[in-house]
Amino acid sequence: MRAYTPKDNVQKKPYYTDRYWVAPQVAKHDVSSDDVFVHDLDAIKAKFEVLDAYIQVDQMVVIINAHDNFAIIEMLKNEREYNQLSEMSAIDWLATEGKFEIFYQMLSMSKRKRLRIKCKIDEKESLQSVEKLFRSADWSEREMYDMFGVVVNNHPFMKRILMPDDWEGFPLRKTYPLQGDEFAAWYEVDKIFGKEAREIIGPENRDPARIDRYDTERFSRLGHEVPRGTDITNGEPDTPLVYQEPEGVFLIEKFDAEQSVVISDRHR
Amino acid sequence: MAQHQVNYLKDGGLPVALTTIDKVVNWGRSNSLWALTYGLACCGIEMMASGASRYDFDRFGTIFRASPRQAELMVVAGTLTKKHAEFIRRLYDQMTEPKWVISMGSCANTGGMFNTYATVQGVDRVIPVDLYLPGCAPRPETLQYGVMMLQQKIRRESASRAQKPKRLM
Ligand code: SF4
Repeated sequence: MRAYTPKDNVQKKPYYTDRYWVAPQVAKHDVSSDDVFVHDLDAIKAKFEVLDAYIQVDQMVVIINAHDNFAIIEMLKNEREYNQLSEMSAIDWLATEGKFEIFYQMLSMSKRKRLRIKCKIDEKESLQSVEKLFRSADWSEREMYDMFGVVVNNHPFMKRILMPDDWEGFPLRKTYPLQGDEFAAWYEVDKIFGKEAREIIGPENRDPARIDRYDTERFSRLGHEVPRGTDITNGEPDTPLVYQEPEGVFLIEKFDAEQSVVISDRHR
Repeated sequence: MAQHQVNYLKDGGLPVALTTIDKVVNWGRSNSLWALTYGLACCGIEMMASGASRYDFDRFGTIFRASPRQAELMVVAGTLTKKHAEFIRRLYDQMTEPKWVISMGSCANTGGMFNTYATVQGVDRVIPVDLYLPGCAPRPETLQYGVMMLQQKIRRESASRAQKPKRLM
């Protein structure tokens, strides 16, 4: 028998818990727990203002002021042996804070440590380029500009990298619709045929599940082919797969299924 | 030594056939469909496999060419991005008449799973398509069958006049 559970006041209890699994925050540790990072952090703190610093998943995260970014990364590269900028980009917090968070993921080959520099900038604020220190920042900063609209100063070639040059909008911003805005929806039509062709070509079909089962203008079902435009709402006849016209083609020998050979030994 | 496969003694020993001009021209066209290499994404791999030894497109006379001026068939194999749309149109315009287009795979047909801002939702928004092959990716057999279907379509067409302008959806 099932164990008795008291049923009074069941209405008051929530009968479900959180619908989605909420990932627990990764634990933040104090920087003093790692003797390599302590020295790095002290070196940064000696010259620059550090807003926050902690260790997460064995990587030190240092949050700095945005205007210090070039100087700090230069120091980390030249004095603290962080000789690789493996990744950098922006995170869109415009909705909650009105700011972009920029992160620089750095790697020290000799110390075998990873360090992340983070800073926040306003939407219209620009950032100093670190391309002179790390060539990898060249394309990363262009991508950041392309996707988020974060302008980087002193970059040698500040231009879109993934989207076309005449694109409008910044696709990785949270406010950008996944299926594109008005400009994106008509981009190829406007560019190739001009705006007046919009009516002829019509809007995009954004419903990937839309299939007109009875459309014989554009589609034919394999094995059930009918002449174009036939009404097949009442079913269609079976047609064998034909590779040629029934009367054959001049000079081309018709394939005879009876004479085909199935090779059973696939290693032959 | 390889056996010579052509039987010259067949049909009274004469390699001559009486037919209409249309038939001859269309027969020639349909059996030498030179395709433009247009692998845009993963479907391109299947297109290459169709051209390679196991499926061997050459025996249909379908030889991949790297120049639109030498091609009359465009197999759009893969995802067409909006950035690339103008180039596909330009290459299509450079192909000589008569020309045909096979849209290969879900991406080229409808945008497929890339229901996003950056993907053209079907190449038929940009160029007229003769044949849509379903699948993600269609197997080489499908492409072969598609090419055979296209050959049948070409043989039905009138060869004497210039191609009628194709409808762009
Ligand atoms: S249809 Fe599938 S296999 Fe073909 S390009 Fe698209 S995703 Fe790749």
